[in-house]
Order: sequence, then C-alpha cells, then structure tokens
Amino acid sequence: MADNVADSDLKQTPLHDLHTELGARMVPFAGYSMPVQYKSGIMAEHQHTRTKAGLFDVSHMGQALLTGPDHETTARALEALTPSNFVELGRGRQRYTVLLNEEGGIIDDLMVTRPVSEEDDGKLMLVVNAARKEVDYAHFRANLPENVELQVLEDRALIAVQGPEAVAAVAAHAPEAAELAFMSAAPMEFDGIACHIARAGYTGEDGVEMSVPAGAAEAIARALLADNRVEPVGLGARDSLRLEAGLCLYGHDIDETTSPVEGAITFCMQKRRREEGGFPGAERIQSELKDGPGRIRVGLALDGKAPAREGAEIALPDGPVVGTVTSGGFAPTVGAPIAMGYVPANHAATGTRLELIVRGRRLPATVADMPFVPNRYYRKPKS
Amino acid sequence: MTTYYSKDHEWISVDGDVATVGITAYAQEQLGDVVYVELPEAGKQLSQGDEAAVVESVKAASEVYAPIDGEVVAANNVLADEPAKVNEDPEGAAWFLKLKVGNADQLSELMDEAAYKAYVETL
Repeated sequence: MADNVADSDLKQTPLHDLHTELGARMVPFAGYSMPVQYKSGIMAEHQHTRTKAGLFDVSHMGQALLTGPDHETTARALEALTPSNFVELGRGRQRYTVLLNEEGGIIDDLMVTRPVSEEDDGKLMLVVNAARKEVDYAHFRANLPENVELQVLEDRALIAVQGPEAVAAVAAHAPEAAELAFMSAAPMEFDGIACHIARAGYTGEDGVEMSVPAGAAEAIARALLADNRVEPVGLGARDSLRLEAGLCLYGHDIDETTSPVEGAITFCMQKRRREEGGFPGAERIQSELKDGPGRIRVGLALDGKAPAREGAEIALPDGPVVGTVTSGGFAPTVGAPIAMGYVPANHAATGTRLELIVRGRRLPATVADMPFVPNRYYRKPKS
Repeated sequence: MTTYYSKDHEWISVDGDVATVGITAYAQEQLGDVVYVELPEAGKQLSQGDEAAVVESVKAASEVYAPIDGEVVAANNVLADEPAKVNEDPEGAAWFLKLKVGNADQLSELMDEAAYKAYVETL
C-alpha cells in the first residue's frame, strides 16, 4: 500500500499546495513529493485523459539549456553524446533522444527542442527525467566542448495537458497553441504570461507540455482546471497511460545496460547518424542495427485478468525463463492487463506465445504490437 | 457476531465457528481502484499471518493475510468477475473468504472497531 510519507527532505514543485488543496494523495517520487492520484482515482483520471483532458504536474523533471555560438556547434556537441540528428533539426522542432554511455547503454532519455526564433540559434532546450537530472548534468558538464554551456533552468515549472480536448482548453488562454504541429514548440503568452509550449506528451493523446515561470504555475494550472474539460491527473494514471502508449519509463524499461536497439526506440536515430556513427557505443549499436539485437523490448498481452508487474519472469510455454517484465499492470482503456519486457530476439515476433510467472503461477501471454492503444497525436492537415 | 480488525487492515467477523474475512474501507481507499482479486481454494489450511488472498489495484499488488488460523471453507468468487466491488462495499458484499476458526484465542490479539479507528487515525 502506498505510504503517505511526510518527508521533510522531499522537494516540492510550485504546484504542491494546489495538489494538497485538490485532495491529492502525495507520495515520494524521484526526490519530490508528488501526487499519485486525486479524489476520483487512477482509473477515472486515466479515462478522463483519454476522453477529455488531464492536467499533469511534471515540474519535477529537469529543464536546461545548451548554449553555443551557433546552431551547428551546439547541435554537434549534443550529437557527440546522442544518436540523433540535431544539425538538421528545424527551428521550433522537438526531438526525442537518449544520452548514451561508452557501451551504448542509455544514461537517460530526453526531449530536445530547437527554439523557433532565429535570434536563439545556438540554443537547444532540454527536458530530462527527474531521477536522472544530476547524472545528466554532470555528464554534460564533463563532456561538452568549451564553447557550449549547460544552464540549468531552476525557476521553471512544467505542466502537461493531454487528451483529445487538451489543445482546445489550452488555446482558450494561448490561441497560438492550436497552430502547433506535433513535436513542435514556440514561445507564447498564456493569459499574458510568457510560456514555452510544445505539442507533445507521454500518453499517446494529443496535447501540450508547457514550460512556465515557477511563480505563475499555480495561476496557469487554476485557469486550466476552471475549464470543465480539464481534470488533474497524478503519477498513477500517467504510468498506466504511458504503458498503454508503449512508451519507455527510464530506470524500468531502459537503463544503462540497454541500448536504443534493444529498447526498440531506434526511431530516435535518424538515417545519417545510423550510417555515420560517431556517438558513444556506436560499434555495439551499429552492429545491433545490422544483425539485430540479442534481446528486445516487446509488448505483452495477458490472456487472463491477473496483472503481471515489473520483475515478473517471462518464460517459454512450459519452458525455461527467457526474460523479465519491465513494466506491467492493468490497462484501463484496454480493459485487461498488459506488460512490456525483454525477450530474446527469436521469441519477439508478434503473436509469439509466452508465459509470465506471477507468484509462482504461469500466466499465458502473447507478444503484442505497441502501442496497445492507438496513438492520436495531432497531424497538421496539409494546406 | 463480533467483528475484529488487524493492523494489516483485514476485518474478521466471527459467527459461531465460521469467520468471514475481508479488507477494511480504509484499506480499499488506500489501494485505489481494485482490478483483480486472487482467492484461495476451499480446503486450504491457513496459519495466522499466511497470505490468504491477493488484491491488485491499478498500481500494485497487496497481500491479504489470515488474521487467525483456520481452514478455508468458502471464497467469494464474485470478486473474480467484479473486483471493483471491493471498492464499493469492502466491509459487506465484498468479503474475501470464510474460515473455519482454528484458534479462537488469536481473536483476542486483534482490535475491536473503536481500537482500529484509533489506530487508523495514527497512520
């Protein structure tokens, strides 16, 4: 059962008082006191996000800026640490990437945005995982060239609004938000407050992530929650939503031992980088791209109703253990338990029958395509 | 019929030599939406503190422990199909199992309703 730890060592986000006022159950998460759920509960919050709009406090995540003399220099500095193409990232465009260690393992996964304004050329904005920010920042500081600086943005909050009605709700206060294409971002005013808004998210739904001044976060959140389409959503539903979306949770589905190929996130590697290499662990990653990885992350659909959680062993039918579940639980939208985990590549094809071992019992499961719930990211109509 | 409560948030209602066991309203509140319940087979011998059942919420699995020794005489199989009943009526229709009381002396180690309420206040 979740403990209500009132730990004075825990950091608070600028929305902490609002969470408690809204009746959130607060839990320790990545060094912060964070809402795991509000009064309506994880299931209702999950469904509300899929049908209307959920508001998530993601202020615990790290926001930082890389600044160099010009775009090419900053982009090359980031390319030296990641397998993605940043040189050709357009202004106002956002890209998902991973920081790699020398063995091609993943130090963290992060979002990178090139500012839309020409004046900001040479800057790249980063959003990193809360639990990894100190590791990431130390890694950047140790590895960036002298003319590229890391600046941690301490005085910002991050608010995500996700769901089919999310953009309409945000656009009522920041009309330009409606114009953003998926994976693009721009500075704009929300009720006169300067924010930076990106059309992206973690749920498989359309929506935005808004980087806002810490001091204005509560006013912005209250303005959004006053809209009856928007309800607050905690970490619990955030986790079930991202599991249905088939997205990795750092430290669970990917970590310093897994490569992007094993993690099935090679979409973060653009063609030029795959061919040229020049990123940490390139030898391993390029050979995995060519010959296939030994193990790979797959989706798993369970036959029965019992969920399989992280750590459950994956076995061949009536056979030996071949892998481990890295995320799993009940999927409210699917209405059944689902999981993700690593299996040998020769047992990874969709439709492969496997067993998940839960409390000593073998539960039949099938390798399933991800996402488990079709994503509904916004695609800008061609004009 | 007398009802007792454990520190692990089980309730046990004793009628003659049969005890009905479930989880408390406080426990279901803490668990959140219950999505799956695993129940024991009739005939299973349980000692006090043994895992009697498992209740899974959206977030996590939690064990339900036997508050006293006893033999399982019935399980509430309705919960297998309708786990959400645990949230709706935890101290009524959503009982988990019935035990043939093995050691009535162990009941004195448990709390009465007033003591349990006071205990929950301290959490």
